Amino acid sequence: MRKLHTFNGGIHPPEHKAESNAAPIASLPLLPRYVVPLSQHMGHPAAACVQPGDRVLRGQVIGLPEGRISTAVHAPTSGIVSAVEMRTLAHPSGLPGLCVVIESDGDDQACPTPPLDWHGLPQADVLEAVRHLGIAGLGGAVFPSAVKLDKGKAGHIPTLILNGSECEPWITCDDRLMRERADEVIQGAAIMRHLLGAETVLVGIEDNKPEALAAMTAAARGAGFPVEILAVPTLYPSGGAKQLTQLLTGLQTPTGLLSTDIGIQVFNVGTAASLYRALVLGQPLISRVVTITGHVARPGNFEVRLGTPIQALIEAAGGALPGASGQIVGGPLMGFELEDEQSPVAKSVNCIIVKHPALFPPAPPTLPCIRCGQCALACPAELQPFELYWYAKAKAFDKTERYNLFDCIECGCCSYVCPSHIPLVDFYRFAKSEIRARDKDSQAAQIARERHEFRQFRLEREKREKAEKLAQKAAGKPASGAAAADDPEAARKKAILQAAMERAAKAKEGVQPQNTDNLAPAVEQEIQAIEARRQGTDASTPPPEGDKSPVSTP
Amino acid sequence: MNGSPYVIASRNSVRLTMLKVLAALVPGIIAHAWFFGPGIWVSLIVCTLLAILFESLALVMRGYPLRPFLTDGSVIVTAWLFALSVPTLAPIWLYATGLLFAVIVAKHLYGGLGQNPFNPAMIGYAVLIVSFPMYMTQWPAPIHLAVHAPGLADAFDLVFAGGGLISVDAYTMASPLDTVKTLLRAGVPKEEILANPVFGRLSGSGLEWIAGMYLLGGLLLLANRVMTWHVPIVFLLAVAATAAGLHALDPSRHMGAVFHLFTASVMLGAFFIATDPVSGCGTPLGKVIFAAVAGFLTVIIRTYGGYPDGVAFAILLMNVAAPFIDLYTQPRVFGHRRHEKPKI
Amino acid sequence: MLTAILVLAGIGLVLGAVLGWAADYYKVEEDPVVEKIDAILPQTQCGQCGYPGCRPYAEAIAKGEADINRCPPGGEDGIQRLAELLGVEAKPLGEGLEPKLKSVAVIDESTCIGCTLCIQACPVDAIVGASKQLHTIVADQCTGCELCLAPCPVDCIAMEVIPARLDNWKWRYPVIRLKQAA
Ligand code: SF4
Ligand code: SF4
Ligand code: SF4
Repeated sequence: MRKLHTFNGGIHPPEHKAESNAAPIASLPLLPRYVVPLSQHMGHPAAACVQPGDRVLRGQVIGLPEGRISTAVHAPTSGIVSAVEMRTLAHPSGLPGLCVVIESDGDDQACPTPPLDWHGLPQADVLEAVRHLGIAGLGGAVFPSAVKLDKGKAGHIPTLILNGSECEPWITCDDRLMRERADEVIQGAAIMRHLLGAETVLVGIEDNKPEALAAMTAAARGAGFPVEILAVPTLYPSGGAKQLTQLLTGLQTPTGLLSTDIGIQVFNVGTAASLYRALVLGQPLISRVVTITGHVARPGNFEVRLGTPIQALIEAAGGALPGASGQIVGGPLMGFELEDEQSPVAKSVNCIIVKHPALFPPAPPTLPCIRCGQCALACPAELQPFELYWYAKAKAFDKTERYNLFDCIECGCCSYVCPSHIPLVDFYRFAKSEIRARDKDSQAAQIARERHEFRQFRLEREKREKAEKLAQKAAGKPASGAAAADDPEAARKKAILQAAMERAAKAKEGVQPQNTDNLAPAVEQEIQAIEARRQGTDASTPPPEGDKSPVSTP
Repeated sequence: MNGSPYVIASRNSVRLTMLKVLAALVPGIIAHAWFFGPGIWVSLIVCTLLAILFESLALVMRGYPLRPFLTDGSVIVTAWLFALSVPTLAPIWLYATGLLFAVIVAKHLYGGLGQNPFNPAMIGYAVLIVSFPMYMTQWPAPIHLAVHAPGLADAFDLVFAGGGLISVDAYTMASPLDTVKTLLRAGVPKEEILANPVFGRLSGSGLEWIAGMYLLGGLLLLANRVMTWHVPIVFLLAVAATAAGLHALDPSRHMGAVFHLFTASVMLGAFFIATDPVSGCGTPLGKVIFAAVAGFLTVIIRTYGGYPDGVAFAILLMNVAAPFIDLYTQPRVFGHRRHEKPKI
Repeated sequence: MLTAILVLAGIGLVLGAVLGWAADYYKVEEDPVVEKIDAILPQTQCGQCGYPGCRPYAEAIAKGEADINRCPPGGEDGIQRLAELLGVEAKPLGEGLEPKLKSVAVIDESTCIGCTLCIQACPVDAIVGASKQLHTIVADQCTGCELCLAPCPVDCIAMEVIPARLDNWKWRYPVIRLKQAA
């Protein structure tokens, strides 16, 4: 048995797993309409490749991946595309995003997708297939899996970790998935292992899930390759990619680097199962397991087609009980409050908790920080949360960065323990998004500065040229004859005109295309920059199962 | 609307922490009442009421809501620590002056709860000992040694009317620490000094029991994880080590480690004052440094300084240094290689 | 007496040497202050500060001729950062200056007569178009300076506030539940 390690801090919130983990994964009846967001993954949104009026089949690609960090989106059922428009998404902002609305025709006719010989095909082809099958991390960070499965220059990533820890309270979708589809998880792990060239496969599961542990252990026996199923102590956030990595291997992912840099890649168990279904069974990612729990009549887990309005899911669980006061998407420690019940389930949605004041009492009033240090004791990132809070509150963003704000994984342990009930993580999220916006602004300012300087230079040059011409003219006129004088004059005019036209043409060619074509890479770059910074924090860019891992993976 | 987390540890609150601290003080207070008479109850109540009055005043003037801040209990902790650090049965104006500085100046002028760079109770104490040294050395004698042990009625009289019925000399005497210091400096041999009935087995008669009870309460707080071990344990070790070192240098002129540990407010300071998180260090290493230097300074001030006890001044001095120590002792962050100090 | 003088002189020498060494050891190559100020200014180039662009304003601040609170696009944050850089107190935006939401100019292409006047006004060449042709504003490069509004003879340029989108959405400053009843 492998020796387990520990991470700093952590908390033991009430688990509330029993509410939803008893019943098997159920399915939802076919709905008349699905609203499929094109931006369900981290990175660049998929580009719609259908138009209103098109007929689509289940599993047909409706959004093509764009840019490196992106993945495809598929139709959840057969029917007619009625609109490609902005709809509210399940996102903390409650803002709308582009969605494909599909009116189902009731046939649920599948688009044939042949299974893939992942063993025989070249690596690049398999990765391209993964990308077009829409696979993204189902732990909650939804990082496109094709990017994470690319072993890249390293040529081989020795350790593959499957994250079945599911440490967030209330969520049980991975628990049920492992109990019922352990074989699929292991088969998916086989594909991952093959692509990464991994020798060691570790599966971390919190010890509050004995059934899942037993099912996975049984499945691992028939895997045909060594898999270690490890029970990790129940301690939030053991499902954070970095925390799980440390628990299982004792290694800390260096800040600023990816876990692949220390030869480790982390995936959620759900991602492994969906990878198997996609490659071997020819089923692109059009559904996922979602926990619906809290103040509903029949809490449980459902296999939900992506694009299902959350409202429909709540109804499938018997509807919200009287007195419900809103919903949380994700877990109570890292999730967010849902703005609009009509928002569709996306790849990132692993759990819906219907709230009730008795289950989630309003937070008591906030007192000033007394520097008691309990937050620091609980922080799995080994930060000094009260110092971060102090500076974030004062909007001293430079200071927060120096106190390693971007190593914070937003797990919420500090807010949980704080005796002054300070919404600490809100301050960190605020500071992080301000810093990101500021970086973006200063990049824009840099471009504006350059353009302005160039313009100054250009105006200067034109003035000089004009002056020179005039001087020349003045000097030349008396010497040359009238005819000759006419000529230079005409030539000058012509030259100016031509220059102006050229400039305009250049501006049109050189400038305009630049800002349309370059858009995608620019955005992508930015995402990469943010990711690079986050990696320390949340999860590594491509590698671990995402920045919200604790939320998700739990 | 705020974001996640939507659950918090409901059992964890400032009020509960403060209540635990207060509860941990109770054994010491009972011991105090046992050995020195019921006067301590009077001064505790008077100090508590005065502190609440000043706190309310400050909150109203600053436009803060009374309820959450009065019920957080922090001001009561300040009042009790203050009452236990200054001589019992002093006139009320003395308490009022001390608490005025503690609550209004040291706490609220610096921004209130969580913002004060100095420990309020210690500021109150320091102001008094600098301004009214005479009153601050009139410690009640243990009941069995006092000429006239003041009862409850005497206590009220002393506190509110400045004492008319019994003379100061009738119930007070120099504290053991004072006695030792003055007499040792005068060259009186140690054995002779210790023959004075004011001394008990470990330190002052009766005082040693109070210190023991503080120790007990403090250990309970440690077991309850109200604080980490760093400050109290290191502080006590530092006091012991410094005292033992001096003792080893010249046993005839210095008291040993045990005497220093159990005299005056070392125990109180170790568990209840130096551990004040607001004015202390925040990082683990910082706490160790803070406590070690404070412990060392305590004994040094006691031995060479002009004031009877060194705990308050040692802690106040370290309060000044705390932010600086914090800055240079930031712990290694997850995934970072070495200690990288945040550049200012 | 002599010992005292010698000791003091010795201490002075040692400290001086340490200081000198430290100054040398910790020396950083610093940008001239104008660069640093200019780096903080938003480069909107709008001239609201009373200078013909951000750099002249930066120079004026560096020379001590201008106050740090004259730049509306930089906002509170910008003033704060300037104050930190220069070691002075931050202050509210100067009189008569209003903070503005970030916006971009949009040309109503059905009205544009292609006069090129706006092109000449744009400080960052963000408007493309040639004489007698439709002009368009490159939204990504537009700094929102509004300098193109006035010259347009047919008033076809309008400022549009940049809406909140998923890619520019920010977390708000948290609400502190201080005064709420327990
Ligand atoms: S737990 Fe809360 S009160 Fe304690 S130090 Fe952290 S932020 Fe401050
Ligand atoms: S939210 Fe950030 S600061 Fe708070 S405990 Fe988690 S990692 Fe630490
Ligand atoms: S007011 Fe306009 S021109 Fe002046 S510094 Fe600010 S953005 Fe630049």
